[in-house]
Amino acid sequence: MIDLTIVWAFVIAFAVAAYVVMDGFDLGIGILFPRFKVGTERDMAMNSIAPVWDGNETWLVMGGGGLLAAFPLAYAIVLPALYAPLIAMLLGLVFRGVAFEFRWRDPGHRGFWDLAFCAGSVMAGLSQGVVLGALLQGIAVEGRAYAGGWWDWLTPFSLATGISVVIGYALLGATWLIWKTEGPLHEQARSMARHLLIGLLIAIAVVSAWTPFLEAQYYRRWFEWPGVLAAAQMPLAVTIAAFFAWRAIAKGRDWMPFLLALVLFGLTMVGLGISIWPDVVPGAVTIWEAAAPERSQVFMLIGAGVLIPIILAYTVWAYWVFRGKVDEAGYH
Amino acid sequence: MFESFDALLLARLQFAFTVSFHFIFPAFSIGLASFLMVLEALWLRTGKGVYANLYRYWLKIFAITFAMGVVSGIVMSYQFGTNWSVFSDKAGPVIGPLMAYEVLTAFFLEAGFLGVMLFGINKVGAKLHFAATCMVALGTFISAFWILSVNSWMQTPTGFEMGANGQFMPGPSWWEIIFNPSFPYRLVHTVTAAYLTTAFVVGAVGAWHLLRDRANPGARKMFSMAMWMAAIVAPIQIFVGDMHGLNTLEHQPAKVMAMEGHFKSYPSGAPLILLGIPNSREQRVDYAIEIPKGSSLILKHDPNAPLAGLDTVAEEDRPPVGIVFWAFRIMVGMGFAMLGIGLWSLLARARRRLYDWPGLHRAAVLMGPSGFVAVIAGWITTEVGRQPWVVHGLLRTADATAPLDAPAVAASLIAFIVVYFAVFGAGTLYILKLMRKAPEAHEDSVPVHGPVRTAGITPAPAIEGGDQ
Repeated sequence: MIDLTIVWAFVIAFAVAAYVVMDGFDLGIGILFPRFKVGTERDMAMNSIAPVWDGNETWLVMGGGGLLAAFPLAYAIVLPALYAPLIAMLLGLVFRGVAFEFRWRDPGHRGFWDLAFCAGSVMAGLSQGVVLGALLQGIAVEGRAYAGGWWDWLTPFSLATGISVVIGYALLGATWLIWKTEGPLHEQARSMARHLLIGLLIAIAVVSAWTPFLEAQYYRRWFEWPGVLAAAQMPLAVTIAAFFAWRAIAKGRDWMPFLLALVLFGLTMVGLGISIWPDVVPGAVTIWEAAAPERSQVFMLIGAGVLIPIILAYTVWAYWVFRGKVDEAGYH
Repeated sequence: MFESFDALLLARLQFAFTVSFHFIFPAFSIGLASFLMVLEALWLRTGKGVYANLYRYWLKIFAITFAMGVVSGIVMSYQFGTNWSVFSDKAGPVIGPLMAYEVLTAFFLEAGFLGVMLFGINKVGAKLHFAATCMVALGTFISAFWILSVNSWMQTPTGFEMGANGQFMPGPSWWEIIFNPSFPYRLVHTVTAAYLTTAFVVGAVGAWHLLRDRANPGARKMFSMAMWMAAIVAPIQIFVGDMHGLNTLEHQPAKVMAMEGHFKSYPSGAPLILLGIPNSREQRVDYAIEIPKGSSLILKHDPNAPLAGLDTVAEEDRPPVGIVFWAFRIMVGMGFAMLGIGLWSLLARARRRLYDWPGLHRAAVLMGPSGFVAVIAGWITTEVGRQPWVVHGLLRTADATAPLDAPAVAASLIAFIVVYFAVFGAGTLYILKLMRKAPEAHEDSVPVHGPVRTAGITPAPAIEGGDQ
């Protein structure tokens, strides 16, 4: 008998990963936006993501909605605990989401909406990173509810994870532009990606070195037999991926840096999984304690099993329709 | 004690604010997506340029509306947890899967095909582009289906069992949960309302431009289409609304008592109170203008049928009367005003003066926002009428809130108010700016900002999200 709770844990993890992979690069373009020259270059950067950002962001709703459906107790504990960063994230997403349309509608205030696009993207990325850090460092739970205050999430560690995610998203955005653009914007993206890669590696090192000391559980996972066997491979894998990413950014096929940046993200997510498994609220609630009843799991799994492949298929198609370089020839 | 009341009230205000704001956008975009689908279908069938031009005209407005709907909708999907965590924990096993289905069947569908709909005509060709438009329209409808099923379950919960841990657990049949007793009525009533809302916006824009140039073919076409909707759908909507009301009487009688302003019971025929000022302290309606036995006639189809009043409901289970009473009257008033416009347009058609009757056009412009007013008023009627329950009869709103400090909720409420008014206010201005422009015959040759042209693709008249 397959444990449906584990299946659902992986479905939610997949949704979160899909979100980070897809919305990560378009948030990243928002984060880098003020660095692009006003005019064609900004328009090109924006246009490289305009047809797909909405679909990308839907994975965030899937992550939240899926958590409510599959692990309602976790949803009920985590969301009030992370109240401030989540509200900040939502407001950030409001600003950046409408900027896609508004900047074209109001040339007189395009500068303002460009700023809103950037600030909203930074706020969303930062908040998501803070949420991650706050979850990792543990939240106070009593009975079936959050039992802490509304500033508990704010610590040096959660700020560090917040900044790390912003840097990581920016790297994804820069490498996306390497892939999708040519000319000066392409060159600029390559140069930015180099710096961002260094920044991300530092961030990964800091957060990875910090995490095991937050909770005894993490420490045991990473430094005691047999976990250390797997753990030892992670820095190695990150180093190898970073080496190839560095080379690809310097010169290489245009799609390569983006792919390798995703590999780096993937590795950090595996690392996270190693730390927290099998908790859904780290240190407090396991996936089995939070799981929805079997009838809910089965009902949703039928839908998810059929629909997620279909969704992936038409998402791939939508990306395929807009494949290739974004061309400034489009705007006269 | 006082502190917890404060946080509760703030949380309720916040939800009411964010959901009311959000609801405006889908109320418009559900109908607009279908309107665009019809326009593109007519264009593909007839090849007439006027349909293509109208499609492009309304597509720009749709893009803005949709973006605002998306970002305000994401907020909603998190509000359940941030502010109503006890509700999420308890009802999650039942309503969570329905919302997950909404994401899987509707949100992805809309978002996945929206990019092609807005920017893809040059890349995929007319037929595939039409398919994308259809998928977006279908997505908006499916979304309404699931979220209204969730809301209806909160109004008329069925098909569940109580778990030992206090959670609502799904029973053996999901059908009973999804198709709970109020759902079919609410779905039809709400989706019809969305279509009417769009029809009156389109009609107002058409009328506005007819007042300036009654020969503009785009304005004529859209006004005529909108007035057909008004004439046909408004009466249907009134009929559906009546059915929905009877269903509410059966399952949530206290809500109907509040709507009717019936504080006391009427053993031999209840009056229909048209207007008046509900006075909850004295438990009566002051200055009431009423039709004797009218309410019994409408609700029971018998003028002498007895009707129970709020005096039969325990005090702690009564909904607030004033808000429900007024919201209901505003909604009904809008409904009849819409019917009036529909009938007027029929008369104008019969006299061959549809494009040539400034009085009608002015009235239609005035009625442009009527759908939004009616939708929000109706929503307030049904949601406030459900109080003091969040899951009717089973879970009180006061027991469903998240363990948050009042300052946290107050701060976020203020932030939402400031941001929503600023951002969505700007968006509304941009929409009005687009509407002020007459639909031109050469809409298609307008230069466009184009996401995404690959080198080597021949430029063709493009359907685009915007122009520069």
